[in-house]
This record gives sequence, C-alpha cells and structure tokens, in this order.
Amino acid sequence: MATLGSAQLPAEASVPSRASTAPVTKLAPRHSGLVRVTHWITTFCFFALLLTGIEIVISHPRFYWGETGSVLTKPLFQLPIPSSRRLVPTGYGYVLPDQNGWSRALHFEAAWIAVLTGLLYVISGLLTRHFRRNLLPSKTDFSWRALWTSFIKPFRLERPSAAEAFSYNGLQRLTYLFVIVVLFPLVIWSGLAMSLGFASAFPWSVNLLGGRQSARTIHFFVSLALVLFLFAHVAMVCLAGFWSRTGAMITGGIGTRKEHP
Amino acid sequence: MINLSRRRLIVSGLAATAAASGLAAAARMAQTYGLVPPDCGGIYGLGETLTYASQRLLTRHSLAREFPRSRISPRPFPNEQAPPTEDFKRLQAGGFADWRLSVDGMVAQPTSFSIADLKSCPSRGHITELTCEEGWSYIAEWIGAPLSHVLNLVGVLPQARYVVYVSMEPDTWDSIDMADALHPQTFLCYGMNGNDLPVPHGGPLRMRLARQIGYKNIKFITHLTVTDNLKKFGKGLGSAAAEAGYAWYTGI
Repeated sequence: MATLGSAQLPAEASVPSRASTAPVTKLAPRHSGLVRVTHWITTFCFFALLLTGIEIVISHPRFYWGETGSVLTKPLFQLPIPSSRRLVPTGYGYVLPDQNGWSRALHFEAAWIAVLTGLLYVISGLLTRHFRRNLLPSKTDFSWRALWTSFIKPFRLERPSAAEAFSYNGLQRLTYLFVIVVLFPLVIWSGLAMSLGFASAFPWSVNLLGGRQSARTIHFFVSLALVLFLFAHVAMVCLAGFWSRTGAMITGGIGTRKEHP
Repeated sequence: MINLSRRRLIVSGLAATAAASGLAAAARMAQTYGLVPPDCGGIYGLGETLTYASQRLLTRHSLAREFPRSRISPRPFPNEQAPPTEDFKRLQAGGFADWRLSVDGMVAQPTSFSIADLKSCPSRGHITELTCEEGWSYIAEWIGAPLSHVLNLVGVLPQARYVVYVSMEPDTWDSIDMADALHPQTFLCYGMNGNDLPVPHGGPLRMRLARQIGYKNIKFITHLTVTDNLKKFGKGLGSAAAEAGYAWYTGI
C-alpha cells in the first residue's frame, strides 16, 4: 500500500496533484456545498466589516454607557489610539485621514450580504439537519473531563486524531453554536439598534440594550469576541493541517490519510 | 465533470430566466414606489439601495424616540465648523433680522420667509437625540416650524418628490424625499433648549430630521427647492455629502 509515490505526499495533501503518478488520495465528503459557499461569503464579509469597523471607531475611539456621550462627557473607556477627527482628545499630536464615507458604505453593504447569507445558512441548516447532526452536542459531550481534554489538547500542540477530521468534538460544537446562536445575533442586534430608522420603528431594540451608546459599546465588545473566535479558529485549522482543512472547506472533500497505520 | 443532462439544462435555464425577470420587475417596482436612492450607482449602490428600500417599506411613518426633559444633555457638543463668512457676520450683527429662507421649485407660490415669519407658524418642539456618524450623540429640545406646514403654505405640486435644502456655507446642500419632508418630526429648527438656536448649533436656522444622522441636519439653511428630479442638482447624487463619498440616506 505504502508506495514510494504516496510516501512523498505530505500527510495533509488532500488535493491530488495532476502531475503526480502516485495513487490518488481518496477524498471523503466533509462539507456540503451550501456550508462551503456561505462560509467563504461570511469570511469575506467579516474582513470587510472588521476593517471598516476599525476605520469608523478611529473617528471616535471613546466608548460610553447609556443613551448619550460625546467629547464633552466622561467616557467609560478610551482606546489609546490616534483619531481621524481633530476635536477628539487622544494625546497624539496628529490626526489620521478621514475614511468614514466609504467605510460606512462598505460596512452596511457587507452587513447586508452577511445577514442574508446567514439567514440562508440557518434555514438550510435546520432543513438539512446540519445543526442537529454536526453541531448539536450529545449528552456525553457535556462532561467536564471531555471538554477539558478538548480544550487543553491544542495547547500541548497535539494534532487531532484522524476520526476528528470528520466531526467536531463537544467543545467545538459548543463554540460554533455559541458563535451562531449568541455572538452573530447580538452583533446584528446591537448594530441595528444604532440605526436611527430601525430604532424609530423598534424602540425596544435600543432601549433593551440600555441606550444608544450602550448598544455601540456592546457592538464593539461582541466584535472583539468574534475576532478572538477567528484567531482560535484559524489556530485550530493550522494545528489540524492548514491545507487539508482549508481544502475541505473549498472542495468539500478531505483526505482519509489511510496510508498511515 | 458536471453531469449536464437535458432536463437539468432546461430547469436551470427556466430558473435563471425567472430570476432575471423577477429582478427586473423588482427594480421597476422599486423605481415606481421611490425605493431607489439617488446615490444607487457604484460598488456601494447595492447596500445603499437595500437600506433605503427596506427602511422606506418599514419606517415610513415611524417616530424617533422622544425623551423626558430631565434627560436633556447638559453639554451638547457642537461639531467642528468653518469660520463664518463676511455675509454671515453682517447678518449676525443685525440679529438675523435680514435672514431669509427662500422656497421655490415645484410650488404654487415661491415665497421668502424671515425667521420671524417662521416663528409665527405653529411651532413644534421635541426632545430627541442628535447622533453623529462618528458615534457620539446628545439629547436636546429642538424647536421650529414643521417643514410640512411651510410646504403647505407655498403649495407643493403633486408631482414633487424631493426637497433640496441649501446652506449659507459654501458647497453645503442636501435633499430628502417627501416621506421625510412631510414627517411630523422634520422641521426648520430655530430654537434649542428653550432659547434661540445658538450659532455653533446652526443658528439661526437648521434642518432638523430626528431620524437621520447629524450631517443630514444641515446648519444655516437659506434656500429650499422642491423638485421631482435630483439629477439637476450638483452631480445628481442628491447631496454634497454623497459627492464626498458619504451616503445620501442616513437613517442607518
């Protein structure tokens, strides 16, 4: 079985090289087409939202709690960065260029695409039982021992077993569900609460969050949590094998690595 | 290889045709019902149009939140401002007695109003939040003449679709659709927190739209034009802000 050709292939190489005469590593199905397409649209939108979000924050890097807040009131906290506005006291002797025009436009456009993509994902995830099969943790997943093992393994730089290439462990299921069910809805809600038009039609959307400035501060912290998730997500992908896992999210298939006993 | 059977080809062809004609019909409907903003072109046009269309369908008549008097911000922040022109200084020296707001375009009687004329209209006041696109905000009591009242006085023609408003500051103008122009919380604001509108906040006259961002609430208003077509104004994007890359519709 272990021929010279297959031994030359790195363990992660799931995408067969056309020039190679080696026996092709069989790709087993991993992610459905809809999951892959929505994953990459969301990725694209997320980076657009993050970049433009940072640009918008730079124009007023102060955060408040409650309904109102400006440079004439005391902030809850202030980011130690320069601003793109002259009248914001930052302690820096210079002002950054104003990028808010296109940043706001791209922020809202990417938000539209992300939300519509998310709706498609959630509806199809319910209909195809994607959530139930792949993301809902089983009862045994809830043991502290199992969760702790899953948590500590990456820190010991232990690669996941071959079986884990085809399903998520309990900690992964809980994390993905938390992002899908808590963080994404909260970032959308706090974002919409800042829309004057939306808030006029649905005043509770901003009142429940404690006011307009509270909504802005919540929006900031939830975005921060999503960035943290992104770092952890990419770190785990790298640990498991960047090309194998990324390839699976592009082609839908994953190498079975059967050549290793 | 994709297995392209005849049935599959026909079904996808029909689906694509249906989707394309559906989109074309939606675009025509959107134009007819005024759901397309003037700055709908370019790479951000999709987002601008989705926002404007959905807000027009959802929030045409909704009212911005009003607050009790106790929540008025003690220190409202007037944003950065260019130094006043000589013309402005002259008018200010005269207590703005010679300030005029001229109204023309698609109206039965083009008219010019002084601040005193506007003050003799039934006044409207509300305590609402003014929000800057940068993120900060404050609450104040705003007092003025409802724009709908002034438009009734001059007799707006039925084909009117937008009101263009022009500031005394150079290259500062904007426009709103009739839904916003006739909205009860839209007014020509001459007072703030029980006094005349201070100059740093746009005195003697500012457009006040409770459901839109600060930069749409243009200061030092001298001119209104009622129109059915924004293409004739500037670059046709509906506002000086849109020409500088900032969205025309700011209910977001």
